[in-house]
Amino acid sequence: MMKSVSTDICIIGAGPVGLFAVFEAGLLKLRCHVVDALPQVGGQLSEIYPKKPIYDIPGFPDILAGDLIKNLMRQIEPFHPTFTLGERVERFAKLDDGTFQLITSDGTEILCKAIAIAGGLGSFEPRKPAIDELEKFEGGKGVHYMVRDPDFFRDQRLVIAGGGDSALDWTIFLADLAKEVTLVHRGTIFRGAPESAEKVKHLHDAGKVRLVLSSNVTHVHGDEKLEAVTITGPADAKETLHVDHFIPLFGLTPKLGPIGEWGLELEDDAVKVNTLDYSTSEPGIYAIGDINTYPGKLKLILCGFHEAALMAQGAYKHIYPDKKYVLKYTTVNGVPTM
Amino acid sequence: MTDDNVVRVYVEEAPSQRREVEAPTDMGLSLMEVLKASGYDIQATCGGMALCGTCHIEVLAGPALDEPSDEEMYMLESLPIMSTGSRLSCQIRVNSRMDGLVLRLMPQMA
Repeated sequence: MMKSVSTDICIIGAGPVGLFAVFEAGLLKLRCHVVDALPQVGGQLSEIYPKKPIYDIPGFPDILAGDLIKNLMRQIEPFHPTFTLGERVERFAKLDDGTFQLITSDGTEILCKAIAIAGGLGSFEPRKPAIDELEKFEGGKGVHYMVRDPDFFRDQRLVIAGGGDSALDWTIFLADLAKEVTLVHRGTIFRGAPESAEKVKHLHDAGKVRLVLSSNVTHVHGDEKLEAVTITGPADAKETLHVDHFIPLFGLTPKLGPIGEWGLELEDDAVKVNTLDYSTSEPGIYAIGDINTYPGKLKLILCGFHEAALMAQGAYKHIYPDKKYVLKYTTVNGVPTM
Repeated sequence: MTDDNVVRVYVEEAPSQRREVEAPTDMGLSLMEVLKASGYDIQATCGGMALCGTCHIEVLAGPALDEPSDEEMYMLESLPIMSTGSRLSCQIRVNSRMDGLVLRLMPQMA
């Protein structure tokens, strides 16, 4: 059955700006539902640099990106936001009463009165290697860019490609489960977490994993399903290996994605907004943080926070055009609960 | 024109088509920042921390650069394509020794 959620504001993107928008909306007693394509909150702060310090958050001389996200989650907790994670918003429809319906990649329906796009640089999608006919085997036919359910690979023959930590981690994890695991890495050494590299070497020595270094997967073969891959090594030496699955793990890269086709006014892959309330060309849809553009735009988290506050005011007026809002200070009134 | 604080690097935009880009050596800029400022479409998602790989370039000719750090190599080796001249432009600080460098932007595979 299709999941359905109903809320005041649907926030697309669970990065710092999307999360803080929950707070600003909450002060106005607007409920929020947050959607993100990544399986965890925090956007690029969690995905790319959780351990890096940030120095330009007001009031924090320095704070680790991961800690900023933890703090934001604590800050918005009183407003009980709801989340749909690991799903990408695909399309939107404006309903007759002026509200919106959003549908995610997994078919979740979100009904809302306003939309705040806080999508950063877009949704994170796996990087795909340049191999001819790779797409032919996508969608369950043998090529996978991420491991969703490890058990799916039980007793199967796998080739994993990549030299990063996720390639190492999944090699270790799947070594016990799969029938055969071959790890192909273009380098001669692994520069990721030393413990993981060490573990993979042990598995190789014990004959549980085959390690192919200085090599790349260059061809995929099969009719309906993937049947084999060709690995090219030094001096163009080629080896064809019969496998059931090929898992290239080359990290994630952000793409603007479907939002680019919603008919909103864009400029250089960013959504144009009016700085009065960060509204887009479509009434009721707002864009805040790195995804928007306006004269003088600075891609800073602190600017995104400011944009979130003004967006919430705008969304309030959009949802309740007849109500008068009086700004209340949290220091005087405390944080309202919902 | 000679200016002590400027070097010229050449971006190969297509085979045998090179554009000259002037890069100041006294502003502490990275090559990524210079390329971005010159209008090249580089995302630089991580802002220059060698963590996203979106500023990937290939050095084609010119003076030898300082060796890449371990962090830079880790990211380069994690990318789907890499060549012997691969570098992350965010990790290359513009200096007076790089005059005449020839490079191209690596395609962002997706």
